[in-house]
Amino acid sequence: MTALVEVDGLRVEFRTRTGWARAVDDVSFHLEEGRTMAVLGESGSGKSATARAMLGVLPAEQSRITAGRIDVAGEDILQVAESRRRTIRGAEVAMVFQDALSALNPVLPVGFQITEGCQAHQRMGRRRARERAVELLDLVGIPDAGRRARDYPHQFSGGMRQRVMIAMALSADPRVLVADEPTTALDVTIQAQILDLLHRLQDERRMSLLLITHDMGVVAQMADDITVMYAGRVLEQGRADEVFAHPRHPYTRALMQSVPRAEQKGQPLRVIPGSPPDISALPAGCAFRPRCAQAAHDCSSPPPLVELAAGHFSRCHLARRDPSVSAHG
Amino acid sequence: MDEVLLQARSVSKRFQVGPRLFGSRRTLQAVDSVDLTVTAHRTIGIVGESGSGKSTLASMLVGDERPTSGEVELLGRPLHQLRGSSLRQARRDVQLVRQDPYTSLNPRMTVEQILREPFDVHPDLAPRASRRQKVSDLLAMVGLNPDQLDRYPHQFSGGQRQRIGIARALALKPRVLVCDEPVSALDVSVQAQVINLLEDLQRELGLGCVFIAHDLSVVHHIADRIAVMYLGRIVEEGSPADIHDRPQHPYTKALLAAVPEPDRSLHAEGRSRQIVLQGEIPSPLDPPSGCHFRTRCWQAESRCAEERPLLSGADTDHQVACHFPLEVTTGRVSG
Repeated sequence: MTALVEVDGLRVEFRTRTGWARAVDDVSFHLEEGRTMAVLGESGSGKSATARAMLGVLPAEQSRITAGRIDVAGEDILQVAESRRRTIRGAEVAMVFQDALSALNPVLPVGFQITEGCQAHQRMGRRRARERAVELLDLVGIPDAGRRARDYPHQFSGGMRQRVMIAMALSADPRVLVADEPTTALDVTIQAQILDLLHRLQDERRMSLLLITHDMGVVAQMADDITVMYAGRVLEQGRADEVFAHPRHPYTRALMQSVPRAEQKGQPLRVIPGSPPDISALPAGCAFRPRCAQAAHDCSSPPPLVELAAGHFSRCHLARRDPSVSAHG
Repeated sequence: MDEVLLQARSVSKRFQVGPRLFGSRRTLQAVDSVDLTVTAHRTIGIVGESGSGKSTLASMLVGDERPTSGEVELLGRPLHQLRGSSLRQARRDVQLVRQDPYTSLNPRMTVEQILREPFDVHPDLAPRASRRQKVSDLLAMVGLNPDQLDRYPHQFSGGQRQRIGIARALALKPRVLVCDEPVSALDVSVQAQVINLLEDLQRELGLGCVFIAHDLSVVHHIADRIAVMYLGRIVEEGSPADIHDRPQHPYTKALLAAVPEPDRSLHAEGRSRQIVLQGEIPSPLDPPSGCHFRTRCWQAESRCAEERPLLSGADTDHQVACHFPLEVTTGRVSG
């Protein structure tokens, strides 16, 4: 397996009232060809900032990348010139956002917006680009694509708009698709359609998918690999089957247990007390410590990310000390 | 049998939409002949996708919207025929908890002011001198620190704000609580806290609850009965076990199948989804004739276009509105 994308020691800071705060801190992962990496996290976990850093679309004044590398097909996109980065964005890595309505231009027909991508990246003529746009709309399952290409974003339903955005992301034939909460705003039956579409496209094109989500069900269904993020850091990482079968971080376990299950009916749900921390006022040591049922006194020093089994990492003092910790949940 | 607190009888809501000019206004049927009974100590869950009419139904249950036809009876009184002081009295008994804790609290008011307001509207409920105490008690009841009375909503997290919303709804000691997507704006790790809180409060106060959500696993957990809505109509109603293990309406089955299963071991066994519903919910401006679901149903026949199926069932507890209800098979539909 070759890694198409390698992120190493990434640090992203955001401007807050009290100064620069680390939204992403020492995040590393690699994305292999044809595989899906799910980045699971709650608000403030840094999952979206990581994705935006990969595309070079972080808000310019409010954020800065202060450490790390992002290698895409062997090139560090943080080092290359802006013009080169623009080529990589689209041709190598493309992004699908949660909110298609604000990501699409409201005053241009959707076909035209897809055409722009084809023309810019693949030097197609106008006529050919237009044909290509219709092909792409058809590919993502928009009925009557030839006619619909002339419609504007507001004329599409939420699910159809998300398909349009996927078509646009595919316009330059990227090898990596980054999808930031692509189904969060959609109803479950439409979510199922979009997840199926992403899965099919990935299969057909051997694309790598970086799927950012807060939904454990989506992760369970889609992921080959998992990165669990919390307060800007990676808390757990590994093959999905391994992480689901043997979660090694108390946060991952607690998240899995807080999903209501049929057999728990009539009993109170397992809860994680408190709420995710504000990144401008993180607790010292392990960021999850104030909410962790297993916190001990040494948790006030920052735990390292340790490889506990082949390819399975956890950032927890307890997991390192006691490998049986995963047995009792 | 527990006391019946709130009863909707064949309520419908139609909106006139579009420009008034040249009579081009069209009718949008948001809710169509819905019957619903809320009893003390019990929770009825309502599930459905956007456009199914569940929020319009909630507005009618709490008296914010007037039904176009049908009626809502609250503690034996016809809610929508009451006027003046009797209406004000009645509206104490049913309160709404909204989805978005970020916009439903006035950002310029302190928590104390927010929680005092109900007592200012209903001054007979608590003498002025005791109100500060009342407000601290409310805060304690929802698990917040009464020291935080002077803070503003933005100084709280999403979960805490939803607790404040719940405290405000409980200030007037309602008998019925209508919760419209109360946890869907919250972080996953915080949702369980709020669900447990609602369950505790219901037990303590004997509330009748209506719990509206699009998340089936949450509704399954909290509800004693579940009604499934599609395009303004209830298409199936039954116990959580009926709905989950023995769904009879094709839509219910498809909806359950669409929820991604969080238990990875079930995926590994190849028990992945079998049904992916095609298409989208049709416009309520132009709903299909007969059964509204027939345009997306895999077993629709000509009868489904001609005749509206009514809620019925040999087992009165489990009702389905379908001409060709699914065979009841044992075992859960694989998610």
